[in-house]
Amino acid sequence: METALHQRIQLAGQQLAAVLGAVETERIAGEVEVFRLTVAGREELPIFITQADSQLLCICYVWTERDVQPARRLELLEAMLDLNVAIPLSSFGRIGDKYLLYGALACDAGTDDLVQDLLALSDNAIDALEAMAEYLN
Amino acid sequence: MSVFSKILTALRGSAREIGESVVDNNATRIYEQEIHESKAAIAKAKQDLTLVMAQEKAAQREIERLDKEVARYEEHALAALDKTEEKLAEDVAAHIAELETERAAQIKAQAEFAGHIVNLKGLIRTAETRIREHERELAVAKTTESVYRATASISTSMGSSASKLGNARESLDRIKQRHTQMADRMAAAEELDAEFGNKALEKRLADAGIGDTGARKDEVLARLKARRAGNAEAATDEAQAAPADKAAGEQ
Repeated sequence: METALHQRIQLAGQQLAAVLGAVETERIAGEVEVFRLTVAGREELPIFITQADSQLLCICYVWTERDVQPARRLELLEAMLDLNVAIPLSSFGRIGDKYLLYGALACDAGTDDLVQDLLALSDNAIDALEAMAEYLN
Repeated sequence: MSVFSKILTALRGSAREIGESVVDNNATRIYEQEIHESKAAIAKAKQDLTLVMAQEKAAQREIERLDKEVARYEEHALAALDKTEEKLAEDVAAHIAELETERAAQIKAQAEFAGHIVNLKGLIRTAETRIREHERELAVAKTTESVYRATASISTSMGSSASKLGNARESLDRIKQRHTQMADRMAAAEELDAEFGNKALEKRLADAGIGDTGARKDEVLARLKARRAGNAEAATDEAQAAPADKAAGEQ
């Protein structure tokens, strides 16, 4: 059975497709409700959407601890911190050994808000990866 | 300790595995229980508060009534004294004394109620603050937990899917490569269009002097030349001389 969140995400995916090209949305298996949104041409940077307590989180994993050049790690972290405020709608974060960009929305955020956040997140992820590539292996 | 400090401590606690619980489930339950109890306490305190406030108002009204009674009996006592009804005045004075005793009791009660109201309001505020803190703490803890659990699911799903989080640089290179390919393809499509598509047809039409571009330039030039030649002829007629032919020839 499709949940309300699933329907909202599918709708957002359709709207996003008008801008970014083919977008695929699917629910992934697991104890928590998580959706994967894959943009054609950006398959390496899928966006995951999950509801965490009182907010909707849109997460895009960008690199892992393994990718970071140990000698330049501090520079990378500082660059992320410096950049964080300027990034439109998304912020850097880390879960375990995975670095990510994420956008947080209120649970009752509308589809338009979701689309806006997802679009920004997808663009930001590519941009961030490009900007931080010099610190990565 | 701030909520965020607690979460950081929990996250750094031990070399935790993704999917492992970040927040002590027992602590979460205790918090939820505390929130529940605090809310019940607030509901009770609010009920008490309305009751005490009503009592305080009643005491106030009673004091006002007694004030009036005392004033009224004082008038009577004075009237009795005026009529030298000493015994009557004495009885009235006794009644006034009773009323004053009652009023003193009511004033004391009113002060107690007022104090009680302040206490209850303080209690409610404290409980509400505690609930807000607990709820915030719980929200942060639950979000952390939820995010870690979601990441566990995502990691598992990535293990088998094409979107496995590979080397970041390679990912970037692949995305860029695809973008370049896309741009190349679009450029190629434009070229093809120029060769075989509408543009090619339009170009051939223009070459043949059909349509509004193409031979336009030649037409304009020919028109200008003709005008120039016409002017020259007129000049020749007037001057009866040859240089106009030379000028036309020079064009």
